[in-house]
Amino acid sequence: MREVAIIGTGMTSFGELWGQSLRGLFVEAALGAMETAGADTLDSIYVGNMSAGLFVGQEHLGPLMADHLGMRGVPATRIESACASGGMAIRSAFFEVASGASDLVLAAGVEKMNDGADVTGVLATASDQEEEVYYGITFPGLYAMIARAHMAAHGTTEEDLSWVSVKAHRNGAKNPKAQFRRVMSLEDVMGSSMVAEPLRLLHCSPVTDGAAAVLLCPLDRAKEFTDRPVKILASGAATSTLSLAQRPDPSHLDVVELSGKRAYEMAGLGPDQIDLAEIHDCFAISEICCVESLGFMEPGKGGEGAREGITDLGGRIPVNVSGGLKSKGHPVGATGVAQAVTVVEQLRGEAGELQVEGARIGMAQNMGGSGASSVVHIFQGA
Amino acid sequence: MPGIVGYGAFIPRNRIRSEEIARQWGKDPATIQRGLLLEEKSVPGLDEDTITISVAAGRAALARSGIDPQKVGALYIGSESHPYAVKPSGTVVLEALGLGPDIHVADFEFACKAGTEAMSVALAMVESGRAEYAMGIGADTSQGAPNDALEFSASAGGAAYIFGKTDLLVEVLHTYSYTSDTPDFWRREGEFYPRHGGRFTGEPAYFHHVMSATKGILDRSGHKPSDFRYAVFHMPNGKFPLTAGKKMGFTQAQMEQGWVVNLMGNTYSGSSPTGLAAVLDIADPDDLILITSFGSGAGSDSFILRATDLLPERQGLAPAVRSMLDGPRKYLTYGQYAKLREKIVLNH
Repeated sequence: MREVAIIGTGMTSFGELWGQSLRGLFVEAALGAMETAGADTLDSIYVGNMSAGLFVGQEHLGPLMADHLGMRGVPATRIESACASGGMAIRSAFFEVASGASDLVLAAGVEKMNDGADVTGVLATASDQEEEVYYGITFPGLYAMIARAHMAAHGTTEEDLSWVSVKAHRNGAKNPKAQFRRVMSLEDVMGSSMVAEPLRLLHCSPVTDGAAAVLLCPLDRAKEFTDRPVKILASGAATSTLSLAQRPDPSHLDVVELSGKRAYEMAGLGPDQIDLAEIHDCFAISEICCVESLGFMEPGKGGEGAREGITDLGGRIPVNVSGGLKSKGHPVGATGVAQAVTVVEQLRGEAGELQVEGARIGMAQNMGGSGASSVVHIFQGA
Repeated sequence: MPGIVGYGAFIPRNRIRSEEIARQWGKDPATIQRGLLLEEKSVPGLDEDTITISVAAGRAALARSGIDPQKVGALYIGSESHPYAVKPSGTVVLEALGLGPDIHVADFEFACKAGTEAMSVALAMVESGRAEYAMGIGADTSQGAPNDALEFSASAGGAAYIFGKTDLLVEVLHTYSYTSDTPDFWRREGEFYPRHGGRFTGEPAYFHHVMSATKGILDRSGHKPSDFRYAVFHMPNGKFPLTAGKKMGFTQAQMEQGWVVNLMGNTYSGSSPTGLAAVLDIADPDDLILITSFGSGAGSDSFILRATDLLPERQGLAPAVRSMLDGPRKYLTYGQYAKLREKIVLNH
């Protein structure tokens, strides 16, 4: 396999973007990635998207987006793995370049969630229709069950969950593209409305419109486009059961552990060598489980990460310096690509107030459903 | 420009508390009260509708004006709950008020903005000389579907304004309207309850129009927020008007007198007109007042008003809004409320 680099990034602001369409968001992010690399051609396009069909009634995104980007004729296809669609789009682009089949491949994620659709119902299609949805469960309910299991097994508290959100907002307040750029106190989080016990409103990521894009090419051509390419060291992915009830331990995200293990093996690295990580915190409990599954915290001790400042900017392993899904926003199909954009900016030293000093190796972990799919990428700066 | 020569409001006595509605649907009352800033709302009785509310408010307006009803040359009623789909509310109201038959009458609908729309056209009729006096009314027995967020706000009430050129209680100094095709809330023909676009009703609809209209009238008039003693913004819930006002530089002190929604609910077409009536109940001569309505679909009407020396002596000639909000009330159970709002299916 050839070595692969990211040479350009683009991202829209995240938020309730009532004036922007699905295709407009995609084009803004994709053009951003192409312009930063100075590229005016593409060999292939992957569009990460969870459910444009249900959110805005639009399927067949590959040709639509290629056309509106001015790239009519270029092979383009949509990649779907629920909320991990963006990360999986990068993985597909990575292997296409690594295989030698293509040189310039765009991986973009886009989601237009605020357009009148029943968002909770659309998202629920990523859980098991026969074993979960039929009984009325929604994602806040599923993650609440994960949280309860974690609390019962490890003594994790509501305050532990809340520190994750406090940290997310502290970082997101400094991210100019974040949906909720405001600091939240522990009292704000613990006093917010209950959604699904023990998860309160401020333990949950929001409904977001947005898009992000990265442009990949072989590492040996990267200098044609940028002085600061970021190498993709590894791509690890895994699946687990769609249904939470079928997993042996609902407090453990086995899919994250497996995808992380594969990425670590491919990169020849371990968790101690990661300088920062963007992790899929769709709910506060998710970050707690993921930092354990990825080896950043001991099993059962994930709650200490944010509470003790271990995952803070300046901590031992900064997690979600972008504000994470909680504060930055979670346009589901775009999230995995947006995570990569954050890590690339960090490894290029372009993150301003949110810069992790000396960051050289970074990780992005993107998850689908209640832990049914996960994809982990490890990146290295020049 | 002409001004207001008489005003009046009416709010039914029936009330239901937010807590009672929340309990019915298994929702957390504290969350509702904190999120929407709504304590209770008015509910129409079996014999109360847009027509009876308009008549009560119109009588109060006539009482404060002291004019001969026969001199009212135009009557406009804005509502989204006119009792008939075809047959005007205005004809019943004019007979009850002793107006006409030498009068131009129309019913208006523009979601929650129909009341200020009626006021705008009434003002224009007087300004143009087509009528010596003209009455504009905003009144509703608002609909909100069971277990919808609207059920906590949709309420009943209204206010009436008579415009004329002499003996003004309030001068109209400036008007401005801002309108666009923004479908955030609607009810199709034959449907019982309105539908809405969830969060789309916020930023692109309510906030954009209310703030654009308000900024528009401030720019055109040369006024700034601190010039005003009072400001009233349409009240779909407790939070929106206070948020919009604060974003534009208005203070809580300027808004609280006209902010009646926490006790009244959202009387749709009657909302901002009733808030204005609450302000006129206590305003002093020369007080500068701003009102901006909002109607889904969407648009906002803004008025800049100034109280005259005549206002204080007329304030006591009809019931004050706060006296109806704080006065005798009858609290309903959800069951009684469901009966009065005809939410229970019966055999006829």
